[in-house]
Amino acid sequence: MLKYIARRFVNYLVLVFVATSLAYVLASMTLSPISRYLATGRRVDLNSVHANLRSYNMDPGTPIWTRYWRWLNGIFVHGNFGKVFPGNEQVTTEMARRIGVSLRLLLVGTLLAVVFGVLLGVYSALRQYKVSDHVLTFVSFILLSTPVFLLATLIKFGAIKLNGAVGSVWFPTSDEYDPGQAGDILARMQHLILPTAVLVLGPAGAAFFSRYQRSAMLDVLGSDFLRTAQAKGLTKRKAFYKHGLRTALIPMATFFAFTFGLLITGATFTEIIFNWHGMGQWSVETIQAADINGIAAVTGFVAVMILISSLLSDIFYAILDPRVRIN
Amino acid sequence: MTNPIQIRPGDGGIEEPLMPEAPAGGAGAGGMAPLLEAEAGGGGGGGTGPDRPGRNISRGRLVWMRFRRKKLALIGVILLVAIAVLAWAGPYLTHWKVDTLDPDLSQANKGPTSHHWFGSDQIGHDLFIQTISGLQKSLTVGLVAALLSTFIAAVVGSLAGYFGKLTNTVLIWIVDMMLVVPSFLILAIISPKLRGKSFLLFAVLLAAFSWMITARVVRGLTLSLREREFVSAARFMGVHPITIIRRHILPNMASFLIVDVTLNVGGAILAETSLSYFGFGVQAPDVTLGTLIADGTSNPGTSQAYLWAFPGAFLILIVLGVNFIGDGLRDALDATSGMQA
Repeated sequence: MLKYIARRFVNYLVLVFVATSLAYVLASMTLSPISRYLATGRRVDLNSVHANLRSYNMDPGTPIWTRYWRWLNGIFVHGNFGKVFPGNEQVTTEMARRIGVSLRLLLVGTLLAVVFGVLLGVYSALRQYKVSDHVLTFVSFILLSTPVFLLATLIKFGAIKLNGAVGSVWFPTSDEYDPGQAGDILARMQHLILPTAVLVLGPAGAAFFSRYQRSAMLDVLGSDFLRTAQAKGLTKRKAFYKHGLRTALIPMATFFAFTFGLLITGATFTEIIFNWHGMGQWSVETIQAADINGIAAVTGFVAVMILISSLLSDIFYAILDPRVRIN
Repeated sequence: MTNPIQIRPGDGGIEEPLMPEAPAGGAGAGGMAPLLEAEAGGGGGGGTGPDRPGRNISRGRLVWMRFRRKKLALIGVILLVAIAVLAWAGPYLTHWKVDTLDPDLSQANKGPTSHHWFGSDQIGHDLFIQTISGLQKSLTVGLVAALLSTFIAAVVGSLAGYFGKLTNTVLIWIVDMMLVVPSFLILAIISPKLRGKSFLLFAVLLAAFSWMITARVVRGLTLSLREREFVSAARFMGVHPITIIRRHILPNMASFLIVDVTLNVGGAILAETSLSYFGFGVQAPDVTLGTLIADGTSNPGTSQAYLWAFPGAFLILIVLGVNFIGDGLRDALDATSGMQA
């Protein structure tokens, strides 16, 4: 097992390196941070612009491979991913802050989505073809067909209308906390409500999990070992919880690992629409700002997250399912 | 990555999946989700193989009979046909053109009236014809991208699976590479440069980044089909490998490919609208459902619901229809789904 994991891990590291390098080179070749200075319309001295860009290691006057080499050197020798463009912030500082913001949102959102999804899926499977099953199926189909940006917009519009009708801000629709009140825990929770609701209701949320859980559950309900367990004398309820539910939960662990890994930037729309300063929002902002250092960092981070979740999902599977053997 | 590429969790991702290979055409074969179970229970195992015509009844007819039983799938077909008819007949229903403005400014910036069925925007565009035009573009992009992406996946996957060895190593390496490549970034950089060119180029771009997972499933299916007797027989008869793939391998996973195309249509439309929402998708002057929704919601504090509600509703209905059909097809094409005839 350990050898297997080690081999895959090395393989993954190579992929992460290639993906990040590709993003860096691609962004350097196509984006032009210099146009940001020229677009202001004011008079700027080109020499000072170049000097300025050199401190970001983004000067178009320097050959691209020299810049790439410096960037690599910065990462591997100094652990330095460069500066955020424009500004004087280090990429690592900015990224650490944003990962924190995204994690807060995602941890709550994904956990709630899984819990609701599993519960609804089990309920749906136990009441197959009854009215409640049909209703749940139909609703989850609609939720699965609604793009996140549309759902988030709908919820935001609804909240604005509601806040207007009530006359006070029950559901804040912007930022992670009230401006200037970063320490107010209650307000932070309030700000968490709407984006979390989007994650739970969205196409990668509870509806998604409930469909998988339902079909896994139905497979298990018709299986021989459940009948055998009952024939041995277990009550229906006990056989169901001890043998059935546990088996049906195995695939969920995989989905959980994957959803979480993908969501960390997949919450892009949610973060942008509710103005959360997380990784998802940054992934779009760096492209719009032609921030090459930022783009490379985001890409590297996404690659790492995908690979970790891929690895995790396999490990979960191997641990939970005794039939899986590694050779 | 973000939306353009649907990573389907069941497939294990980058390296060889640890979990057992998904069954052909059946529920878990990489599709979106085994959303609905076969409604026709009982009946025992479907005896005829997926490639052999039945004794009294053709396979096409059997599939159709199974499909017809699925109410949701039929609703999906009706929905999509109605929307497609509206998209291409719509321009003849109104005298407004996509590029004309209402000369009567008192009619601009208003909700739905008998004059402008879906309302009008600030400068007096008719939103009905805008939505119709967006529908056409979105449907076309979805269909083209889906067909293309499944086609690439079928070619790459079957070649890798059938030939194995070096071909397999190289192709799978490309697949893994494409999975970690920052597709969102590449799409975001290239799309704005397509301004003024055909919007179909965007569909090609979308397909180029969405075939990888399917290719892995196709490879897995090919690996098992390659060992079947009829393939060995063809090989010993000296049939050319490409002919074997074309005549024997791919037709035997037709059900999976059909379901994949169907669900990909929905995925591609979602990807297109999502990217367009950021301005990284189809470029002006072309409008799609995504750009319309983005324009309509650009001002959340003040903008009116009618600006985005119609394109939004159509978007949901299209994807819903596609999902219903894909789900019904999966059950109807699945030889083990019970009902015999």
